[in-house]
Amino acid sequence: MSGQSTYNPKSGFEKWIDQRLPLPRLMHDTMQTFPTPRNLNIWYTFGGILTFCLVVQIVTGVVLAMHYVANAGMAFDSVERIMRDVNYGWLMRFIHSNGASMFFLAVYIHMFRGLYYGSYKAPRELIWILGVLIYLLMMATAFFGYVLPWGQMSFWGATVITNLFSAIPLVGTHIATWLWGDFAVGDATLNRFFSLHYLLPFIIAGVVGLHIWALHVPGNNNPLGIDVKSPQDTVPFHPYYTVKDAFYLCLFVIVFAVVVFYAPNFFGNPDNYIQANPLVTPTDIVPEWYLLPYYAMLRSIPNKLFGVIVMGGAIVTLFLIPWLDTSRVRSCRFRPLMKQFFWAFAVVCVILGYCGAQSVDAARFGIPLVWVARLGTIFYYAFFWLIMPIIGLVETPKKLPASIAQSVLGDSAAAAAE
Amino acid sequence: MRNTMRIALPLGIGLLLAVPAMAAIDTTRLPVKDVDFSFEGPFGTYDRGALQRGFQVYKEVCSACHSLDHIAFRNLADDGGPGFTEAQAKAIAAGYKVPADPNDQGEIFDDKGVRLTRAATLADYFPPPFPNEQAARANNSGALPPDLSMVVKAREGGPHYVYSILTGFHGTPPAGFTVTPNKYYNPYFEGWNISMPPPLSDDSVTFSDGTKATIAQEAHDVATFLAWASDPKMEERKRMGFSVIIFLLVLSGILFAAYRKVWKDAH
Repeated sequence: MSGQSTYNPKSGFEKWIDQRLPLPRLMHDTMQTFPTPRNLNIWYTFGGILTFCLVVQIVTGVVLAMHYVANAGMAFDSVERIMRDVNYGWLMRFIHSNGASMFFLAVYIHMFRGLYYGSYKAPRELIWILGVLIYLLMMATAFFGYVLPWGQMSFWGATVITNLFSAIPLVGTHIATWLWGDFAVGDATLNRFFSLHYLLPFIIAGVVGLHIWALHVPGNNNPLGIDVKSPQDTVPFHPYYTVKDAFYLCLFVIVFAVVVFYAPNFFGNPDNYIQANPLVTPTDIVPEWYLLPYYAMLRSIPNKLFGVIVMGGAIVTLFLIPWLDTSRVRSCRFRPLMKQFFWAFAVVCVILGYCGAQSVDAARFGIPLVWVARLGTIFYYAFFWLIMPIIGLVETPKKLPASIAQSVLGDSAAAAAE
Repeated sequence: MRNTMRIALPLGIGLLLAVPAMAAIDTTRLPVKDVDFSFEGPFGTYDRGALQRGFQVYKEVCSACHSLDHIAFRNLADDGGPGFTEAQAKAIAAGYKVPADPNDQGEIFDDKGVRLTRAATLADYFPPPFPNEQAARANNSGALPPDLSMVVKAREGGPHYVYSILTGFHGTPPAGFTVTPNKYYNPYFEGWNISMPPPLSDDSVTFSDGTKATIAQEAHDVATFLAWASDPKMEERKRMGFSVIIFLLVLSGILFAAYRKVWKDAH
């Protein structure tokens, strides 16, 4: 897509197609000859892995929807029927439910990769923004999906999250009622959540298309964070990155398979194998692990409306990162100070996640976790709104290499290649 | 501030009522007993003998109050299950009565108003002990005996939890802990007050394979049976997982060789 197309239709049929719908040209230019920096490391394979995850979720999801019954009285039993009586239903369901966790695992690695190597910086701002949009859509889809088995956590999770909207002044309760389609989470809610859970993945697929399109204009960033300067800096996507992505994808699928076949309920909550009961509240309502940091932020704030604003703001902040980072250097490899704060931020995210998983009044080493979560929330905001803009101005970056080829192949080899 | 209030308020009331010991006892359930089960680990399978004995315990003891909604009689002869033959499963089913379809006159009640029944078949599910929740509660001092077909995967600790509850009666409550009327002391249950009376005793069943029916044995067997009821595809899952992972390892090896070959001259 960037630069000149090198596609050369050979047969008459290919020429005929090329003049009408140049799909083979598109595939040739984006997946075959596309010039890709030669120094991409393992963390750059997660884009391909995420595409795989999306396809797996859609395929297993379509099969599950053939057997699932979106009805408050029947949903729970229909899921159990899938697990017991549908041919390989247990396999489809465990791939799908654990697939969500694997999807988020991959997306978090992908996002932290982008953060570390400055992949959101000009001219890749839109790639990042589209990525955050995908992440937001993923959270919505995962939330709707978690409600569908209609277990206790499904029901109470849905109740807690939809109730957040009631914090909005004046119109809050009306919005909540409108979302539920009822005066509480019930059959109407389940049905619309099922509809949206089926719809959103296809919207995600569309935004993924834009994300990849936007990527193919400037091309990949790379661990050095410097621009591609000559053809020596790149290799064609195929076979170099097709084979590399395939290898790491295979390793990822091994981890996926270990979870699906040997620990299929590892990420789940036992309470979700108890049918939804509006009259019995579970002792601790815990969302899925990938939403825990936000849940910790929400709970750390005593005022409901302010809590919702802080939680929402944490995600809105992500959209603004391209402009909050003032550094001219992309990669943290050459940003000694930012590198330390990056790792501090990663640790804080894990700590927030841990706080979100514990009960509200829990304490560790005598410290109430609600205060740990408050400090974590403050650091989260400070990282993006203070540390990121300031460090970009005060930090002295290390010297950047002259080119990717020189960095990878050494001076002599790079010169010889030219 | 709120936390301090939360502790201070009940404490203050407790002191006022002069029952300070009440506040001192932490009735969080004890950690589950770490007994071994044959189905643990990546290659673990259900012990057929334990499944059949466990089924006997369910049938003769638990089923008086607890339903097993998701299990059909045909499941007793399924691969990876208790290993009954189809004929045995049929015979077991025939011992149960289920509501009959309307007869030739379109009636479902006999002259005395009693619901017509028929013998169960392989296709039928285990009939519940009570017709509805209200009946179940009325017969159990207001408590609802949970369905057991998913109980192992619906409790933290799984089979160990079931085993611990079943063997956790008969202890003496610590000083200061009062057992609520109509409840029983069981420290493996959250709050330590459980509505279920001790269900097992030595020799409450007679195993046909000669296994001595101690409480621990009965509990261990029925926990195994309920683990299967919760996860009847476990053996198939682990078997398939083994082949899948071997396949993926070989594929990774091939892909790694291809990766090295392609990139040999590129860096």
